[in-house]
Amino acid sequence: MSSGLQKRMQDSFQEHVNEDLIMDCMRCGFCLPACPTYLSTNYDETHSPRGRIALMKAMRDGDVVWDSSVEEAFDLCLGCRACEPACPAGVQYGPLIEETRAAILHAKPQGSKEKILRKGAFDGVFADQDKMQKTIKLVQLYQKSGLQKVTRKFGFLTLFPPFMKEMEGVLPAIEKKKERKHSNNPKKATVAFFTGCLMDTLFQETNRKTIELLEWLGAEVIIPEEQQCCGALHGHSGELEKGMRNARANIDAFDSDAFDFIVNNAGGCGAFLSEYEQHLKQDPHYAEKAARFTEKQIDISSLLIKLGLNEDLKEMKAIDETVVTYQDSCHLKNVNKVFLEPRTLLMDAPGFEFKELIDAGSCCGSAGIYNLLHPEMARRILDAKMNGVKDLQPAVIVTSNPGCLMQMQVGIQREGLDKKMKAVHIVDFLYDAIHKNQMSEVSPA
Amino acid sequence: MKKRIINTFAAIVGQENIRYSQAQLHAYSYDATANFQSKPDLVVAPASTEEIAEIVKLCAKKQIPIVSRGSGTNLAAGTVPTNGGVVILFHRMNEILELDQENLTMTVQPGVITQDISVHAEQHGLFYPPDPSSMKISTIGGNVSENSGGLRGLKYGVTKDYVKALTVVLADGSILKTGGKLAKDVAGYDLTSLLVGSEGTLGIITEITLKLIPLPVYKKTGIAYFNSLEDAAKTVSSIIAHKIIPVTLEFMDRGTIGAIEDFMKMGLPRDAEAMLLLEQDGDEELVERDIQKMIDIAVAKGATSTSIAASSEEADVLKAGRRSALSALARKRPTTILEDATVPRSEIAKMVRAIQEIAQKYNVQISTFGHAGDGNLHPTCLTDIRNKEEMERVEKALEEIFEAAIQLGGTITGEHGVGEMKAPYLEWKIGESGIQVMKLIKQSLDPQNIMNPGKVFAKASKKRLVVHNE
Ligand SMILES: Cc1cc2nc3c(=O)[nH]c(=O)nc-3n(C[C@H](O)[C@H](O)[C@H](O)COP(=O)(O)OP(=O)(O)OC[C@H]3O[C@@H](n4cnc5c(N)ncnc54)[C@H](O)[C@@H]3O)c2cc1C
Ligand code: SF4
Ligand code: SF4
Repeated sequence: MSSGLQKRMQDSFQEHVNEDLIMDCMRCGFCLPACPTYLSTNYDETHSPRGRIALMKAMRDGDVVWDSSVEEAFDLCLGCRACEPACPAGVQYGPLIEETRAAILHAKPQGSKEKILRKGAFDGVFADQDKMQKTIKLVQLYQKSGLQKVTRKFGFLTLFPPFMKEMEGVLPAIEKKKERKHSNNPKKATVAFFTGCLMDTLFQETNRKTIELLEWLGAEVIIPEEQQCCGALHGHSGELEKGMRNARANIDAFDSDAFDFIVNNAGGCGAFLSEYEQHLKQDPHYAEKAARFTEKQIDISSLLIKLGLNEDLKEMKAIDETVVTYQDSCHLKNVNKVFLEPRTLLMDAPGFEFKELIDAGSCCGSAGIYNLLHPEMARRILDAKMNGVKDLQPAVIVTSNPGCLMQMQVGIQREGLDKKMKAVHIVDFLYDAIHKNQMSEVSPA
Repeated sequence: MKKRIINTFAAIVGQENIRYSQAQLHAYSYDATANFQSKPDLVVAPASTEEIAEIVKLCAKKQIPIVSRGSGTNLAAGTVPTNGGVVILFHRMNEILELDQENLTMTVQPGVITQDISVHAEQHGLFYPPDPSSMKISTIGGNVSENSGGLRGLKYGVTKDYVKALTVVLADGSILKTGGKLAKDVAGYDLTSLLVGSEGTLGIITEITLKLIPLPVYKKTGIAYFNSLEDAAKTVSSIIAHKIIPVTLEFMDRGTIGAIEDFMKMGLPRDAEAMLLLEQDGDEELVERDIQKMIDIAVAKGATSTSIAASSEEADVLKAGRRSALSALARKRPTTILEDATVPRSEIAKMVRAIQEIAQKYNVQISTFGHAGDGNLHPTCLTDIRNKEEMERVEKALEEIFEAAIQLGGTITGEHGVGEMKAPYLEWKIGESGIQVMKLIKQSLDPQNIMNPGKVFAKASKKRLVVHNE
């Protein structure tokens, strides 16, 4: 370990990681049983929130030498933030781990491979919706032709080779991009739709159904064109500044009095969107606008309930016999505290019996691109999740986030359960349940 | 530590159950006590009494300190490896071994989480009463070693009242079994009692047999607010004088009430000087009568407002509020130092008053809550360890609080233990002869001083303060 690197790391931790947030931790340990990486490492406190916060402090104070074990402790954090609701002292772990990642990124000499990948992914693909579309075309090409050579040329995909292997089977067929029209139905609310970069590319069908459901419920749906990727992937990887570039663009794109709500259908994006206010508090030009933006944030389940969907569902008659369960999106649950809303919708869905999955609230191991960077740990966490699934034997596992959706599909395939069950996004689930029920009556479409 | 020795430990427990990376050693260098930290040389996770005996024999041969560690939630720096050495973890020994419905006992390994014991007992219509606020995460091994208390202590006692038998690995690696599933047993010295509360300094506890009692069928919770500390204290005394022993009789002062309200937003009156949380359990008729009587007493002693929880949900909210007291206070300042000075319950009002005066004298922020029924108070000091000057005042204030407690016939710690933190003050409470006797016990059981060295006995005792009461 060169002392130059050690010094640089310490300085970088001092510069980036807020000591006051660290000091909020009183080391009571209440967060330990909530942390998936602690549980999956045979209770290794190094991989617990309390241990990580202690290491952040030690890095600031120069009490620990920066080495691969310290780096791994931070790297293996899922960023799922299950530790936050478990913490009685209100420690803001999310910002702490983001700051830690920024500190590491700034001080660490990056290997050329990692650098190119980051550049490709963060400056290129996720920064720009248009590039995302193109990337997706490549994915499509990959899917259709198996042209691995093409994928190797592209940064985004070389970053994810294990991902591509397992995801190959579970990627949804990509819909052709259609012109989207605004609806003129009698209006209950005006809703601006944050489409999300993955959702808008890989999961276009889900987005279309989102719009149709909202319109069916009497909302006017507008899709501001200038919107960008939410920036969460940047933020979670220590590139908060780049994430904030996207944030500002999004805030501008959505800054209109005409909107009652800004809705998203991806838990991971939603959490980050709702934190724009906090991240831009100090920005004189954006603080106020960001607060307005954050206030209007809502996830799709909560909005569907606000627009009365659960009442409509209750009126639809069907024998509830198919077992459906729900896997929480960590960020939707832990950051936005949305827990009951999706469950309420599933309980009311015609033809389905809702059963709670054991430890539904604990991370599935997807965690943004975690499953790509740390396949071994992600696999262990997913295996634990699948044990619960095998006990419950649901026909449908509903999720609220594209990452979770794909991860659960991987889990189902790996266990050879794909004939018995499927994982679906909550919008697709509700849309199809209603559609089936109402085939002959009013169609939601 | 030499690689060769590490390998020997690995041979005992398996390579995957030893930890010694930079990050790992750091992650086991602290517990929940502010301002104490020191790294071990190795962390091992054994799976059985026999493996632990092997570990101890090796440590004894090489004179390596041993620190047993449950969940590291103690508040006396008891699990900080002050002199380095080996930290022993118990997560591989976390089985409930037996529930004996005839003898009403439960036998467990030390790594079982306290709450799991409580839940397991209740599932069989039985009751394990000790309920430290940390029970969601603390281990039973830690509870037994600290003799932890809880909210139900007044009526049901503390951990030691429920420990029937222990298996312990002593400092030479021999295995000792004490007690049994017996209602009566006077065969020799009561070694079980000696080991309970010994903070890992006499041996390593590897199996525990606990006493269970029938689960009370009914309970009810009430609350009373006061304009003065004295009125609240008089209520406590009067309740006991009326021969009512409630399961819970908890006290919170104004600072604590405000902090809980900030955190929980449950509608507590911020202008109240004091608040009592009362709970009784047992047969329905008795519970209803007692709770009403306690509320009547509170009103007679000057309570400004009282209420009885209409539902168990409402009661749970009130209790959750009390349980959150420490964390709610902790949100206020970067560093929280929780004390547990304890006095005879008749002296509660004097003690709370003394704490307030001391806080004022040294200009430090202290709020108090605690188990009024057993005189066990938690003066909680909110400060910032980065501020040296303030920390000096904090230390003086805390010393004066210990002294005040002792002068009122109390003790420096009611339930958190001595550990490293309170070691310098132990002599204040037990005197020179007390220290002598304890040292003799320690020396005869652990002549090499390898069991959690640096705890309980201080290198140097603090000079006792002389406080003049004006
Ligand atoms: C928020 C909070 C609330 C708390 N509330 C209460 C409360 O209401 N009442 C109360 O009494 N305490 C309370 N505590 C203190 C603490 O939780 C207790 O002391 C608890 O018993 C410690 O359990 P642990 O498993 O964390 O033990 P640790 O902290 O790991 O260890 C405690 C001591 O026991 C020794 N030890 C642990 N396991 C063994 C073993 N198997 N053999 C030998 N020695 C062993 C250790 O060496 C150490 O000296 C609280 C702490 C916190 C942070
Ligand atoms: S629960 Fe909160 S205060 Fe306690 S150790 Fe975890 S992060 Fe720290
Ligand atoms: S964010 Fe998730 S993985 Fe990371 S420390 Fe918190 S609970 Fe553990």
